[in-house]
Amino acid sequence: MSSICEEKLNLEEETEGVDPEVLKKELLEKYPTKVARKRAKQIVVNKLASCSEGLEIGANVRTTPGIITQRGCTYAGCKGVILGPTRDIVNITHGPIGCGFYSWLTRRNQTRPPTENDENFMTYCFSTDMQDKDIVFGGEKKLKAAIQEAYDLFKPKAISIFSTCPVGLIGDDVHAVAREMREALGINVFGFSCEGYKGVSQSAGHHIANNGIFTHVVGLDDSVKEGKYKINLLGEYNIGGDAFEIDRVLEKCGITVVSTFSGNSTYDQFANAHTADLNTVMCHRSINYVAEMMEEKFGIPWIKINFIGAEATAKSLRKIAHYFQDQELSDRVEAVIAEEMPEILKVREEVRPRCQGKTAMLFVGGSRAHHYQELFKEMGMKTISAGYEFAHRDDYEGRKVLPTIKVDADSRNIEELEVTPDPERFRPRKSPEELERLAQEGFEFKDYEGMMRDMDNQALVIDDISQYETEKLLEIYKPSIFCAGIKEKYVVQKQGIPLKQLHSYDYGGPYAGFKGAVNFYQEIDRMVNSKVWNSLKAPWQKSPELSAKYACD
Amino acid sequence: MLLRHTPKEVKERSALTINPAKTCQPIGAMYASLGIHGCLPHSHGSQGCCAYHRSTLTRHYKEPVMAATSSFTEGSSVFGGQANLVQAIDNIFTVYQPEVIAVHTTCLSETIGDDIPQIARKAEADGKIPRGKYVIHANTPSYVGSHVTGFANMTKAMVDYFAASTGKKEDRINIIPGYVEPADMEEIKRMAGRLGIQTILFPDTSNVLNRPQTGKFEMYPRGGVTVDALMGTGDSKATVALGPMASGPAARALDTKCKVPCEILDLPIGLSATDRFVDALRKLGGVHVPDSINLERGQLLDIITDMHQYFYGKKVALVGDPDQLVSLVEFLVSIDMMPVYVVTGTPGKKFESRIRELTREVPHEVKVRAEGDMFLLHQWIKNEPVDLMMGNTYLKYISRDEDIPFVRFGFPILDRIGHAYFPTVGYRGGMRLLEKILDALLDRQDRDAPEERFELVM
Repeated sequence: MSSICEEKLNLEEETEGVDPEVLKKELLEKYPTKVARKRAKQIVVNKLASCSEGLEIGANVRTTPGIITQRGCTYAGCKGVILGPTRDIVNITHGPIGCGFYSWLTRRNQTRPPTENDENFMTYCFSTDMQDKDIVFGGEKKLKAAIQEAYDLFKPKAISIFSTCPVGLIGDDVHAVAREMREALGINVFGFSCEGYKGVSQSAGHHIANNGIFTHVVGLDDSVKEGKYKINLLGEYNIGGDAFEIDRVLEKCGITVVSTFSGNSTYDQFANAHTADLNTVMCHRSINYVAEMMEEKFGIPWIKINFIGAEATAKSLRKIAHYFQDQELSDRVEAVIAEEMPEILKVREEVRPRCQGKTAMLFVGGSRAHHYQELFKEMGMKTISAGYEFAHRDDYEGRKVLPTIKVDADSRNIEELEVTPDPERFRPRKSPEELERLAQEGFEFKDYEGMMRDMDNQALVIDDISQYETEKLLEIYKPSIFCAGIKEKYVVQKQGIPLKQLHSYDYGGPYAGFKGAVNFYQEIDRMVNSKVWNSLKAPWQKSPELSAKYACD
Repeated sequence: MLLRHTPKEVKERSALTINPAKTCQPIGAMYASLGIHGCLPHSHGSQGCCAYHRSTLTRHYKEPVMAATSSFTEGSSVFGGQANLVQAIDNIFTVYQPEVIAVHTTCLSETIGDDIPQIARKAEADGKIPRGKYVIHANTPSYVGSHVTGFANMTKAMVDYFAASTGKKEDRINIIPGYVEPADMEEIKRMAGRLGIQTILFPDTSNVLNRPQTGKFEMYPRGGVTVDALMGTGDSKATVALGPMASGPAARALDTKCKVPCEILDLPIGLSATDRFVDALRKLGGVHVPDSINLERGQLLDIITDMHQYFYGKKVALVGDPDQLVSLVEFLVSIDMMPVYVVTGTPGKKFESRIRELTREVPHEVKVRAEGDMFLLHQWIKNEPVDLMMGNTYLKYISRDEDIPFVRFGFPILDRIGHAYFPTVGYRGGMRLLEKILDALLDRQDRDAPEERFELVM
């Protein structure tokens, strides 16, 4: 009797009989043996959750040199992703000019200072612009002078320093400089050793940023904000205004956001974050460290939520309400969902006939390749292949695999902070009995089940996809849409397939929350049904034979 | 306000660069490498460098930008990047099969001191470089010069690695177009073609970074100078190098290596610089300038005479790269505009003296700065505003805050199209520049004019 686990169902229709196992072999054939062996672990044919015993994916491992990768570096993860969206810290890049230049306003983190007088340094790029003499004789002096100049010009609340590759090599001690300048200036100055060569991807930079912001800022301000249901929104970077939409929805529900890490954020929000009663985690990959450490130190529990997709948004709101165990909140959440849904359903029904049955591929980030599958599902589209750019195994397989993840040399280089309960500020938000009761009701704390569980049987899951693999997938599966980033955008579109950027949103959005879902439905409908793709061939390319008729006439 | 913290008062800074007017060498090297047919640029450093350069070039061109990286880890940073590069070379030739890998270094590999030729020899000895394929390199430490320097260094590498002289001179001229757009390279070839001159243009990113939508992605598009052509540069009878900073080093190297005499000219932006370019080609090629070129020149001149009243006395702030700015300043001065602020982030003292010389007769104080930044430019503007700004996309923040008309020119342009398709060099490029300048100025006049002075005919 063949069990469901051996059957190849679900995706048959959409993938026109492509056998993913065969495709995987084909992908690997191209590589030199050693590379093929490595890539084999990172390309997995998915199985249903009930049959996934022993299914393991290679992730958070080094990219082989010369394999064209989507990945960036630790600096990008630290300065670009996590600290970039905070508007009132002067972020100084310590290094040659490039790193600062490329991370200048390119990530579309929106911010909205309440008044004209509030600080906003996000439109600025600050760099020590190291020259050869600084490399030879050391750059600490220049860094100190740069911090002083920044202070004299702007008098900011805080200044942070981001190390680029050569800084680590020449041995500049950015932390000592930070300490010295903190004392000299009387403001918070802190540094990040986020040299680009650390770790294997941006991910290491997220971790370093988490550690830094936790060590140097979180917990500095004990004032308690008004609000009955106070949460932090972790791992939401306000690309295209996502956090604004989430804030709108939460506010409507009566939920107070104490801090967002780090979309539309301020220094003071971080300093005050420990006064919240719940940490909600959007992008698990980039921010779970802060969530974990805040639980240890301050007793704030964390839950995984997802505001990408209307259904997911509703589910996340209910989960937050469930946590607070308050009928008033639950009622209000239900009322908000009931109020928002009709418009969403209307647009969904409008686009569905045009999108139903179309296929998507998502290769991006550390959570988006998972979250956005929700939106495609709501439109009747199927995700046939997906993978992350810089995630770890737990983002694919769920946090249950954490104890089995081997810590390799690259991860060991990234500091794990020893965190203990804060003698004054540690305050468990729930009693053991309450926690027990919630658990019995099926409430999941500090859990993330990962991408693979939500994907179909036989879907191809590929970690750190290469350029070559991307081209092959396009050729064989011919998806209706491909989601990735700017580097892949025109490669895919030149192949006649629309690419939706899920880092920058192609300068659109928001796509989070309720309004975001509507935006996304309309955007994908526009893309997969665009008439332009019918014009790829000129009339004479479609039927090149000349008719001899006129000449004879 | 977007740049709300920029104070009017200018204080000299010695250490902090704010809102840079340059970026680092490797991206220029990557751009130049893309101008070799069948070439995969390779960034010898951390992954982030390659990702950043590809992203920026992609945003600027809205085209695929292929490049590989040595993916340095902490280990390679300690022990050197030889193993990474040898493996990269093997993988690239196996999987992506280019004709050439053009390696450029980064601040990381330069600080470590990796010796690229030695590593390439090792790769060759290990049999990782297939017969008839090439690995070339340029040293492009990010802490020296700017993206322009990187472009110049990689262009020179094309000469160092490929140019050869057989002893038999050919009746043809090398043109090194400088750090300009694919459309500009195309235009330079077209003009030379009109003059009836055989040329080899290198690097050549036309039909690489402005290629058509065909429904088929090609890793190595049709454009780019071929390796054979690069080898042939040593037999050409002369080289015309456009833009001393971007093209000078390659031209001089070719003179030294293969005895090909060179003329180093300004970029042919604007009337006079284009005149000098055409004149140089005419003399070197021993040809007559055809009527079709005279026609284009006359059309450019016609726009200037027709619309002179709108150019006259307008104050302009410029930010960009030295080669471009020198020609642009000359052009603006020639039509009686007043380039009053001129800033480049690229170091080089010659730049300041050259701009001073070109603006000697401008009836206004002219501030010029090499190794400057856009923060400084903004401060100057706050002290005395201008009528027009020209520069890359980042100027839009100043433009909006100060409500000043803005023409996009230079690198990078991240928010508009056109630069990949329509040139700014040559007479026709000059016409396009003037059209853009006039559109910006006249749109502003239309916007601000009192109703009774709203003009139908302008």
